[in-house]
Amino acid sequence: MASIEVRKETCVGCGECVPACPFGAIAMENELAVISDECTLCGACESSCSYGAIIIRTGETGETEIDQYSGIMVLAEQRDGTIDHSTLELLGEARRLAEADGSSVSVVLLTEEAGDWPAKLISYGADTVYLAEDAQLKHFRTEPFSRIAEILIIEKKPAVVLAAATTTGRDLMPRIAKNLNTGLTADCTELAIDPESGALLQTRPAFGGNILATIVCSDTRPQMATVRPRVMKAMDPDENRVGVIERIKLSPLNLESRTEVLEFNPLDEGEVDITEAEVIVSGGRGLKSPENFALLQELASLLDGSIGASRAAVDAGWVPYPHQVGQTGKTVQPKTYIACGISGAVQHRVGMQSSDRILAVNKDETAPIFEFCDVGFVGDLFEIIPFVIKEIKRRRK
Amino acid sequence: MRIVVAVKQVPDTAEVRIDEERGTLIREGIPSILNPFDEYALEEAMRWRDELGGTVTVMTMGPPQAEAVLREAVSMGADEAILLSDRAFAGADTWATSHTLAKAVEKMGDVDIVMTGKQAIDGDTAQTGPSIAASLDWPQITFVGFVRELNRDSIVAERYVEGGCEVIRSSLPVVITVLKDANTPRLPSLRGKMKSRKIEIPVWGREYLELPEDEVGLDGSPTRVVSITTPEIISNGEIHRGDPAELAKLMVDSLLGTEAF
Repeated sequence: MASIEVRKETCVGCGECVPACPFGAIAMENELAVISDECTLCGACESSCSYGAIIIRTGETGETEIDQYSGIMVLAEQRDGTIDHSTLELLGEARRLAEADGSSVSVVLLTEEAGDWPAKLISYGADTVYLAEDAQLKHFRTEPFSRIAEILIIEKKPAVVLAAATTTGRDLMPRIAKNLNTGLTADCTELAIDPESGALLQTRPAFGGNILATIVCSDTRPQMATVRPRVMKAMDPDENRVGVIERIKLSPLNLESRTEVLEFNPLDEGEVDITEAEVIVSGGRGLKSPENFALLQELASLLDGSIGASRAAVDAGWVPYPHQVGQTGKTVQPKTYIACGISGAVQHRVGMQSSDRILAVNKDETAPIFEFCDVGFVGDLFEIIPFVIKEIKRRRK
Repeated sequence: MRIVVAVKQVPDTAEVRIDEERGTLIREGIPSILNPFDEYALEEAMRWRDELGGTVTVMTMGPPQAEAVLREAVSMGADEAILLSDRAFAGADTWATSHTLAKAVEKMGDVDIVMTGKQAIDGDTAQTGPSIAASLDWPQITFVGFVRELNRDSIVAERYVEGGCEVIRSSLPVVITVLKDANTPRLPSLRGKMKSRKIEIPVWGREYLELPEDEVGLDGSPTRVVSITTPEIISNGEIHRGDPAELAKLMVDSLLGTEAF
């Protein structure tokens, strides 16, 4: 049985631990920290104490404690009150994993105004929606979001916690995992439950996509993972699914933050976020000059798509960095990816290989891109693409 | 301004080859480099040091040979370097790595900012930066594409997120992780190169950092890699050759019926 102790001889009565406790379980009495029964042994005070005066003894650890954890918790992502599609994908995946061992799926929604989203989240696979609504939750902010999630995780003890591997999930999850002293696997593309141990098998690409590593977190809970968007499938919403909506109690302390969002500047019109594009026309070294990207731009516009680029084209200064696809750029998954003059080195491949359909034009028959594209055209893009543009215009008439 | 830049020595993943038979990475002969994203963090730190005064300390956790990337950073203009190296640190995941780095930052004392690259190109986790912030209980700004303002008490930075840019103000001390957009790293200078050859780099180990054995390296890591496989490349695409006009027609044919139309 784990226990917490304040060492009287070491405690100097500084009071640092009082605000550190998310549960308000510490009070100062006669210049000594006193811990009440509200304590959940979360350890926040232990790490806040500069004098090492607070000690948590874990005592009997191992299987018994791990057995107390069950179910899958998804941290939802929203912007301006709209749930990101990645959350629905996570619910679909959580549902699939939960079927394996009959556990339940919960989702945590922190927002300004939830509207009808809690019901929708249930229709997409959640059994329980933990909901907090507050004007201060309008924008994602690391500290309140991680603090609220940590408290909820300590209380609800999910075996698995998932978030999308977006800039939000990748900001939030490491903080939670570090504070809860548990493991986190980044950017998973495959999840499964090990039938023998019941552990979550978390598979992710590493070494620039050269390998797939499967990772487990065997001795601590929850098992946490961020999951690459657009890889898992959302389930078809079922309006008849039943679920519970439970409100999270917020204290002003939970909402405190040392950062503030001064403004949010959406991308300008025409300046599309390529990670959300359905068609990408992408150019590489074979484009030879910045002017030639105008040709790709014309094709992209015809197809209602965006421009992508390989690192070579970006490093040459032909296309700005936000368009870079690949390991040191963005990961995209459009319905159609047209690679023009791109050799298809592994660093580029990892950023676009999940596209539904890959078309490639390259002069070099031995270019690696021809090994994994769906349809390849061996030839000079400066000859082929103008014909393609003409042909599309002709057929559209 | 006292800035720490946490860097990593990584294998140049562009050079990594796979042993097709055994499905393992061939790491022999692969050059080790300073993680490219960390160069942007280093440049950002030096840019602000040049403007506000202060020092830039580069720090890495790794085997003794990781000292090479610290010397490289000094040749580019870092003032000091610290190597965290101990056999006990081996096998660390992001929890144990960030725990050790954070302890070293605490040990230095009076640090205003920790900067690091958005992610390392070998692990690609992007977890160490925010985990350092959690360990230190500092605020964090991740995926920073531009630092607008920095002064003694606060920082204003642009955080590039899906669909736009958040402008965030944070109090100091703070941890930020830096994107390629932020700057263009400078090249090593002659003076820097000379300094990098002479500089004494202290090596801090587990005992010096007063870290218990079960909080570092493999023992301190909640996660374990249980298997490694090589991704399958499906090469069943149709490849067309021939007259450009004919190829163009085929291409439009294959686009038909997709969402592009």
